[in-house]
Amino acid sequence: MQIEASLWNASWATDGGRMQISLSYAPFEARYRGFDVARCSVDKSSDMNQFSSSGSVLKQGGGEEFSEELLLKPFPDRKVLAHFHFQSRAPHSSSHGRHHHLFPKAIAQLVKKFRVKEMELSFTQGRWRYEQWGGFDPLSSNNAKPPGVELWAVFDVPQSLVDVYWRNLTHTLSGLFCASINFLESSTTYSAPELTFKPSFGNLRYGTLPREAVCTENLTPWLKLLPCRDKAGLSALMDRPSIYRGFYHSQRLRLTSSESGSDEVDSGIGLEQTLTVVLQPSSWRTGKTYSVETNIQPSWSISSIFGRNIPGKCVIAKSSNVYLHLDNGLVGELKNLERENAKYVANTFESEGFQSNHAFKISVTPDKVFEEVDYLHGKSTSVIYGFSVEKYSDSQPFDLGLTWKIPVVWSCQQAPLHASRFLMGSGNERGAIAISLESTESSEGLPTSHIIDGRCELRVDIFQVVPWYIKVYFHTLQVFVDKQPRAMADVVDKIRVSPSKDKVSPGVMEMILKLPCGSKSAAFSLEFDKGFLHIDEYPPDANQGFDIPSALISFPSFNARMNFSEDEFLNNSPILSKFQETSPVLSYTEVLLIPLTTPDFSMPYNVITITCTVFALYFGSLLNVLRRRVDEEERILRSRAGRKAGWISQLLSRLSAKLRGRPQEQPTSSLPYSFISFRLVLKILLVASIAVTWQYYFG
Amino acid sequence: MAETEVSKKRKRPIVRLAVLLLSHSVLVSVICCTAGVFGLLLLPVLAKNTYISENALMPGSASSMLSNQEVSEANKLIKELNNLHSNPLGATTESHGIIAKYMSNLGAQVNNHKFHPQLNQFHPLHFFSGPDSGVMQENSTRSLYGINTVGIIRAPRGDGKEAIVLVTPYNAVKGGVRETLSLGIAYSVFSLLTRVTWLAKDIIWLVADSQYGEYAPVAAWLRDYHTPAFSNLDSLNTETCHVGNNNFESKISYGIRRSGTMAAALVLGVAYGNENEDTLGIYAEASNGQMPNLDLINIVHYLAVHRQGLRVKVEQFHWLLNSKWVKSLGEVFESLGKMVKTLNPDWKLGISAADYVEGAATLASSLYHQALGVPTGPHGAFRDYQVDAITLEFSLRISFDRLDRRNDFLLHGGRINGLLGGITLFHF
Repeated sequence: MQIEASLWNASWATDGGRMQISLSYAPFEARYRGFDVARCSVDKSSDMNQFSSSGSVLKQGGGEEFSEELLLKPFPDRKVLAHFHFQSRAPHSSSHGRHHHLFPKAIAQLVKKFRVKEMELSFTQGRWRYEQWGGFDPLSSNNAKPPGVELWAVFDVPQSLVDVYWRNLTHTLSGLFCASINFLESSTTYSAPELTFKPSFGNLRYGTLPREAVCTENLTPWLKLLPCRDKAGLSALMDRPSIYRGFYHSQRLRLTSSESGSDEVDSGIGLEQTLTVVLQPSSWRTGKTYSVETNIQPSWSISSIFGRNIPGKCVIAKSSNVYLHLDNGLVGELKNLERENAKYVANTFESEGFQSNHAFKISVTPDKVFEEVDYLHGKSTSVIYGFSVEKYSDSQPFDLGLTWKIPVVWSCQQAPLHASRFLMGSGNERGAIAISLESTESSEGLPTSHIIDGRCELRVDIFQVVPWYIKVYFHTLQVFVDKQPRAMADVVDKIRVSPSKDKVSPGVMEMILKLPCGSKSAAFSLEFDKGFLHIDEYPPDANQGFDIPSALISFPSFNARMNFSEDEFLNNSPILSKFQETSPVLSYTEVLLIPLTTPDFSMPYNVITITCTVFALYFGSLLNVLRRRVDEEERILRSRAGRKAGWISQLLSRLSAKLRGRPQEQPTSSLPYSFISFRLVLKILLVASIAVTWQYYFG
Repeated sequence: MAETEVSKKRKRPIVRLAVLLLSHSVLVSVICCTAGVFGLLLLPVLAKNTYISENALMPGSASSMLSNQEVSEANKLIKELNNLHSNPLGATTESHGIIAKYMSNLGAQVNNHKFHPQLNQFHPLHFFSGPDSGVMQENSTRSLYGINTVGIIRAPRGDGKEAIVLVTPYNAVKGGVRETLSLGIAYSVFSLLTRVTWLAKDIIWLVADSQYGEYAPVAAWLRDYHTPAFSNLDSLNTETCHVGNNNFESKISYGIRRSGTMAAALVLGVAYGNENEDTLGIYAEASNGQMPNLDLINIVHYLAVHRQGLRVKVEQFHWLLNSKWVKSLGEVFESLGKMVKTLNPDWKLGISAADYVEGAATLASSLYHQALGVPTGPHGAFRDYQVDAITLEFSLRISFDRLDRRNDFLLHGGRINGLLGGITLFHF
């Protein structure tokens, strides 16, 4: 039991910034007075019983529950995905009071204070490689995020108040996660998508910080929200060096809260924390590096990729499971191999037969095997092995290993169109953004695209935010389908554009496209002018360029979901029930880097010094003039001139002589004017002939 | 007259001074000119070494040298390419296939780029050569085409916003040992870079088909990279050009693959050296005398000299090196510097005569090339897109026919790798 106090300097806590905390008075001293802390006595024995009985909802927590899960998945390019999924849920505070047992209080307060209906915050480093790691399954659709920070939130407040709540939320999150999320407070950084992002009614805000560097100081506060932190359970695997050595790293936090009035089962606050890392098993490094001969996938185990084992479950978790996911490409390939070898009958995908077959070996016997059911076409489907960590402990840690015996080559299922975005043009004045969509092989066999008015169409949504200093001309939108220019009305079903306002709001473009089904490629280009920024608006290292946040491409006519045969175990597993939810296929494009004109930053200092010098000179002479007594000086001068007439007259006579000499020369120089021009022409001719001969001999 | 006399008397000194200067304009201009020339001659004396923070380059981070394995692989590539030259028929397409195969074996994404060369790019008076210059000539050269091979390594932890370009000109028809060697170096560097984890930027390796000159393929690739043609009418990459019929060839796309914004570019070349040391030549002047960010040259110079122990030779006028009067001038400056030092030991003005001659030759060559306005290598194409680029030319003592010598030379790839590492870090 503990009492925590924290100091807040956000604008919501300081009356809009009027009553700021002055940190110069630190250290602060806090005194608690006038309340007594009474601890509820817990019956130890009943408590322990509940912990030991797995799967039962913890009544002690007042309906709160927590579960932890880890999904591992081998990728075709010799890497391994590890996806941690922690879910906590708390009933609404109005029905159960304000005390929480498992649920993080900071989050509950945040939800209550800012009336957050739904929120997602992600910290990502590296890029998700859609071509190699797939983009169709729910895992990549939900967890592949743009680099940097992405935050969106839906508020349960009137529209006029949404901006205020958003600003306060960014400040709070910034404090919670030690990140510069508070930069999203400025209206130039966030936008309010309406068409494509999510169905919303004006109370959704979306903002990204592409340049935010993500590191362990963001992970630690995120781990603090877990009841076991990283001391026990699956999160004990999170060895910082091995996580940050990975090729992709994304930590995500998603909040959903529902109205307290509704009497649904999942009313209250749901907190979903995921950490997705793509790691390279270390055996790759020691082996032969040239991939020509060594097609065999690297064998790995949890201890080899993380350097740690799972020391049993987090005792207060409702469930603690580890899954091994073999995606449908791999399973199909394995089936083919088996058919070729004719060792097994085609349908031997039973838990016993498959976990130690001729292609690979799993070191632990799985407790459960889930097979994806594909009702539409009898294609190969993915397989998930479930392992329960409950029976493992410190003395007998859980370590899952996968050993490959024969080389297998497969590819992940990709999104129907592969999106890439790039810059066109050169120079510092203008340019163009192009988004190109190219069909992948996987889209051909999918009959899910909509058929409207007898025409087969593929719906694609594009959501693009552009900062204000990239002044996009939306009327220059050009559309090419299959390399043929098309009229905009043919392809674009709906478009919503909100042009940027200088230093006030970013430009937002949302498009709903209807592409013909068989189209192989589509491209869009938008021209823009590069704007100028005020000297103090430049970020550090401005010469590197400015980031344009990723565009979000979604395919609403495709659903990234997996169907499993009905099983009561599935309902207990948040990660699998998440996979079964219907969500559109999403993919993000790359972040673009636009070089803008940047001043030489030593310039302001030069300007300051020069103006200071000029001012000093000016004031000096002005002061001189003001203090001068003109009459008196003239008198002194005259008297001095009378005395030193000889020297001055000498100088004057010399000067006049020079002047007299010039009028004598002037007529001579002006007379042969035509002669001089002739000489000039001669000179030019000479230079030109030299240049020509030079070009002839050396050019 | 009396009235003018009075006005003369009232004139302010600055006006009087101006009048004085104007009246002696010939003398003044002669004095200014001589002062300018003298200043120019004095420049090598006053030149100071640029300070580069050691921390900015993170010493030791990019120190990994090439292993024998990479060298042997590079040797294999060189041998295969050299064998092709014995039968010139079909050597072009096959060499592209071989290079592409080696690239993709390293795990890079490979594509071919087909272009029509635009000859006669340079006119000294053609300012601001933009990407749209010379488009009109395209029709006449439609039958001629060259194929560049491009490989891209994605930085493992980077976000792919930026890229560094590595260019090796290669002529598949007439390319000698020299060009295959530069390919070998680039290959060994590339293979090392596929395995390192500290890359912050993507690496693009462009094997430029230099049958139509070294500049044209690079310029064409840059143009297509930056202003792609979306519509069918004016794109030439859609033409079916499957000359090679082996299986691998057909897998390589002709569409341009992209990485992020280019941050810097290095052109690698090998020259037959006739000096008694292994040297590294740096060429930097682009069209119209534009220069890249001098930091790039400084880093390369610094890393090459201090870290890799190479002798760096920025391009020079060789006739100046042997000229008598420059030498004597250098001696004069040397003695002057010594005299100054006796007056005050804190004044460090003197440099040795040899250094002076070298500096003067470099300065003269740079002045000359900037005044001429013709780029000194394919790096000039990058300058049009505000990309810093230089050409590095390695030259060796002995000919490359002996294998051990070649291996030794390929190990130099490690030094370039060190250079590249420094550059990627510097641009981070």
